[in-house]
Amino acid sequence: MSVDSSTVKKVASLARIALTDAQADALVPELNSIIGWVEQLGEVDVAGVEPMTAVIPNHLRLREDVVTDGAIRDKVLANAPQAEHGFFAVPKVIE
Amino acid sequence: MSNSTYRIQGATGEWEVVIGLEVHAQVVSQAKLFSGAATAFGAEPNSQVSLVDAAMPGMLPVPNRECIRQAVRTGMAINAQINTWSRFDRKNYFYADLPQGYQISQLYHPLVGEGQIEITLDEKDPDSPVKTIGIERIHVEQDAGKLMHDQHPTRSYVDLNRSGVALMEIVSRPDMRSPAEAGAYLRKLRTILRYVGSCDGNMEEGSMRADVNVSVRKPGEPFGTRTETKNVNSVRFVMAAIEMEASRQVDVLESGGTIVQETRLFDPDKMETRSMRSKEDAHDYRYFPDPDLLPLELDDAFLEECRASLPELPDAKVKRYESELGLSAYNAAVLTAEAETARWFEQLLAAGARIQKKSEADVAKASANWLLSELYGALNRLGRGLDDSPVSPEQGAELLALIADGTISGTIAKQVFEIMLETGDAAGKIVEEKGLKQTSDTGAIEAAVAKILADNADKVEQYKGGKEALFGFFVGQTMKAMQGKANPQIVNELLKKALAN
Amino acid sequence: MTELTDLTLAEIRDGVARGGFSAREVAQAFNAAVEAGRPLNAYIVETPEKALEAADAADKARAAGDLKPLSGVPLGMKDLFCTEGVQTSAASRMLEGFTPTYESTVSAKLWQAGAGMLGKLNLDQFAMGSSNETSHFGNVVSPWKGKDGKELTPGGSSGGSSAAIAARLCPAATGTDTGGSIRQPAAFTGIAGIKPTYGRCSRWGVVAFASSLDQPGAMARTVRDNAILLEAMAGFDPKDATSLDLAVPQLEAGLSSSLKGKKVGIPKEYRPDGLNAEIAALWDRGVEWLKDAGADVVEVSLPHTRYALATYYIIAPAEASSNLARYDGVRYGLRDLPDGAGLQDMYAATRAAGFGDEVKRRILIGTYVLSAGFYDAYYTQACKVRTLIARDFAQAFEQCDVLLTPTAPSAAFALGEKKADPLEMYLNDVFTVPASLAGLPAMSVPGGLSSEGLPLGLQIIGRPLDEQGVLNAALALEERAGFAARPEKWW
Ligand SMILES: [Mg+2]
Ligand SMILES: [Zn+2]
Repeated sequence: MSVDSSTVKKVASLARIALTDAQADALVPELNSIIGWVEQLGEVDVAGVEPMTAVIPNHLRLREDVVTDGAIRDKVLANAPQAEHGFFAVPKVIE
Repeated sequence: MSNSTYRIQGATGEWEVVIGLEVHAQVVSQAKLFSGAATAFGAEPNSQVSLVDAAMPGMLPVPNRECIRQAVRTGMAINAQINTWSRFDRKNYFYADLPQGYQISQLYHPLVGEGQIEITLDEKDPDSPVKTIGIERIHVEQDAGKLMHDQHPTRSYVDLNRSGVALMEIVSRPDMRSPAEAGAYLRKLRTILRYVGSCDGNMEEGSMRADVNVSVRKPGEPFGTRTETKNVNSVRFVMAAIEMEASRQVDVLESGGTIVQETRLFDPDKMETRSMRSKEDAHDYRYFPDPDLLPLELDDAFLEECRASLPELPDAKVKRYESELGLSAYNAAVLTAEAETARWFEQLLAAGARIQKKSEADVAKASANWLLSELYGALNRLGRGLDDSPVSPEQGAELLALIADGTISGTIAKQVFEIMLETGDAAGKIVEEKGLKQTSDTGAIEAAVAKILADNADKVEQYKGGKEALFGFFVGQTMKAMQGKANPQIVNELLKKALAN
Repeated sequence: MTELTDLTLAEIRDGVARGGFSAREVAQAFNAAVEAGRPLNAYIVETPEKALEAADAADKARAAGDLKPLSGVPLGMKDLFCTEGVQTSAASRMLEGFTPTYESTVSAKLWQAGAGMLGKLNLDQFAMGSSNETSHFGNVVSPWKGKDGKELTPGGSSGGSSAAIAARLCPAATGTDTGGSIRQPAAFTGIAGIKPTYGRCSRWGVVAFASSLDQPGAMARTVRDNAILLEAMAGFDPKDATSLDLAVPQLEAGLSSSLKGKKVGIPKEYRPDGLNAEIAALWDRGVEWLKDAGADVVEVSLPHTRYALATYYIIAPAEASSNLARYDGVRYGLRDLPDGAGLQDMYAATRAAGFGDEVKRRILIGTYVLSAGFYDAYYTQACKVRTLIARDFAQAFEQCDVLLTPTAPSAAFALGEKKADPLEMYLNDVFTVPASLAGLPAMSVPGGLSSEGLPLGLQIIGRPLDEQGVLNAALALEERAGFAARPEKWW
């Protein structure tokens, strides 16, 4: 599989990274060389092999249903680029 | 109902509607699915947000046992397959109400698999046929935050209080064929959730929202292309959205168009659905297993506890009320439609059986009738519900016992009940204090009967002349003279005897 | 008297405890070194007052007879660990000025153990890189210089940590290792560094790169110092669902360089055609050293090793593309809002401005391999190969206790040398990535110098949870290598 400039732009739009045409063009050979290289994995016989789910055998622990957090609005908003009336503010969204 | 006849009449003939529902039900829990922040409704903006919910750098999710437990119990309640090995996946997309840039959900290995729910179109009609709606899966996921658009001219405001609250997404098969079936399904689902206690079913507060998948086809043909109308938040709106969307689709198809698979919004003001401005890539969610979380493995002890903690469910209750308590199908259906009603009724029954030293079956009919007529009537008048009824089940049972043992008549009971509603006093106390005990003093009743017959000699003549309907008049007059306290059986006997002379 | 900044962590700890010098003197000496070391660009933020504060507390604790395990020890903190009230940037423009209101579990444990903070150490942006050339705050320059006098890379991504330790700007530092980010910089700068078993150290409060691979670890000049630091960092954390609920072994007390009865595996696939001759020779010396320490040496096979890098460069970018989605200009960090831009435009502009080229490259690769139609071919396939790689290790460990390999395929290269070709840069991690994919504990120790006079490292890989075995084998190497070289001070 090889990517072209329009694929790069589509992927960048999915990832919400603005790219100029020149940047997209420059990424084409870079991404193609990386993607072409990782495609060697296709040759590995993985018949009957399960994808890894836990790096080290371990079980998912569950917490108890207790309120232990929250009520820290100042901390939550402390680094906000724009906070007003206790909310985060963003450009108006039209739904 | 198994062969639904709901059809849309188009210019080219009849169309059948095919409906599937994805219901998002908020899990009842103190804390969020992956953080220790509270879930209570209506708090100050961003006051129930942890650093995890705000997706601060380096924050990690740890799942809440109760949320998993409630989803498993819900799955058990619909006889579903419980997957003892499941996983959380990330659904990636960008939106201001989604701090992580992904929703933690379950796509590939949901917690709950295939199950089913039985519905009847008219729950109160014993002859209404039963239809089984397939449930494809229930998975657990995070809710998003909330965006406010009307507080500032050029900005939207983000409140993350809901961000991370646990939801169950309950996905039905496309088994419904009419708005009414969809309505019945939602009502039944809500009833089950409330019985289980896994969701409060409160659609006004957003605890239950439905994504409505609708397509139309000519009867017998394969499924058509479906649309998904998002986040419809009442049973009525779901039914309306289906109607509107189905007829829109028929119009499109009959005018030669094709249905686009898309996401739509229901506008309850205009009573229409409309397309959401969808981006071409909006659907590439790039799901993959959340690497911050290990597979969720449930052991037998956990499952056993979930099963053991399940209450008797509505379908089983209806059957038991009919077969063991001898209630009518109608009464059984009404008493079980809400978990709260059944709970109240069963408390009433238990207290009645205890006080009267009888079996529950022996007191069931009178209890059911009183609850559904007297108590419901009073609560309606007062604008109250069972949860804040001024009369407790224990008090109701005492009143019923006084009727059953002949201490008071049904007529007096109505008076006593009114006083109970006003004062909250016990029935026995009221009867005692107001001297409302029923009298079986034959002397006093005989005297009253004699006076009534003497005062109404003309009516006595007519009665003896064959107008037997007047008997009720004499009973009424005698009871009135006795201030309602006479034992009605004795009144009957003595009147008959006196009139026979 | 030796300079205080030349002392090891253990010597500082013991010296403070003994009263040979005060913790304050140590902190002052390192604060001065940090300031003098600015040309290395190892620190993004200097926090001399924090170092002094902890030192004063240590001196008081000593007077009160209440010393803690790291009392008097000042540390460098990789700027991937969130530190309350101190900028945590992950070396990105995106998080420039971000001041956490919380403390990472690992750093909190270190402060509780009595350590002080000298500052936040530079790194490759979001830990993505192997040369410390992707930082928004500029390259870190290695204190080592080649014969031609060119500026060298200190390795990456924990390059600020490795440079600072090698230059005596701190006695020890935290690192994080996703595909070799502790071990490769350690090898390049002549120090030691250990990545513990995945799950030993909490990831809570560590800016995430690739969640299934990221693991905090220790870096210092000696094996003993690594044992001391790791012991203080490690431990169960209920806030990290992948944290291992196990007691932390007493690693320092357990140190022993006798390898009698131990078997050391030599994976044949780590000796590819064209392996640098100096590296191969060092590896052979390492084998002899371990034999000398009493170990038996066996050849083992890890047949899927050759696929490890490609596997890594699917899984790590895929996870990163999702982990870095939270940097959107809404709740913290950079916001770039062009005139009249809507929400989605704001995201795109913010992320274009806030992320460096390598971060963008990896996000794009990760987004691509997860996207519709490619997920199974790339991501699922990689996760299956990962299973095979882990299985290779499990089988090898049926025949041996630890593995010995080189850490990196070469000595440190010059800054700028590999920057043009991302793929060539990625190949640097060829020996470190397999253990990362399998979640195994692994460590690099200095083995000697190249003909150019640059440090070369040897890697020990252990069984899951066997940090002790790794440290002990590394100690045996350290004792025999007698590595005493240090960079000449030019800054
Ligand atoms: Mg949906
Ligand atoms: Zn959902």
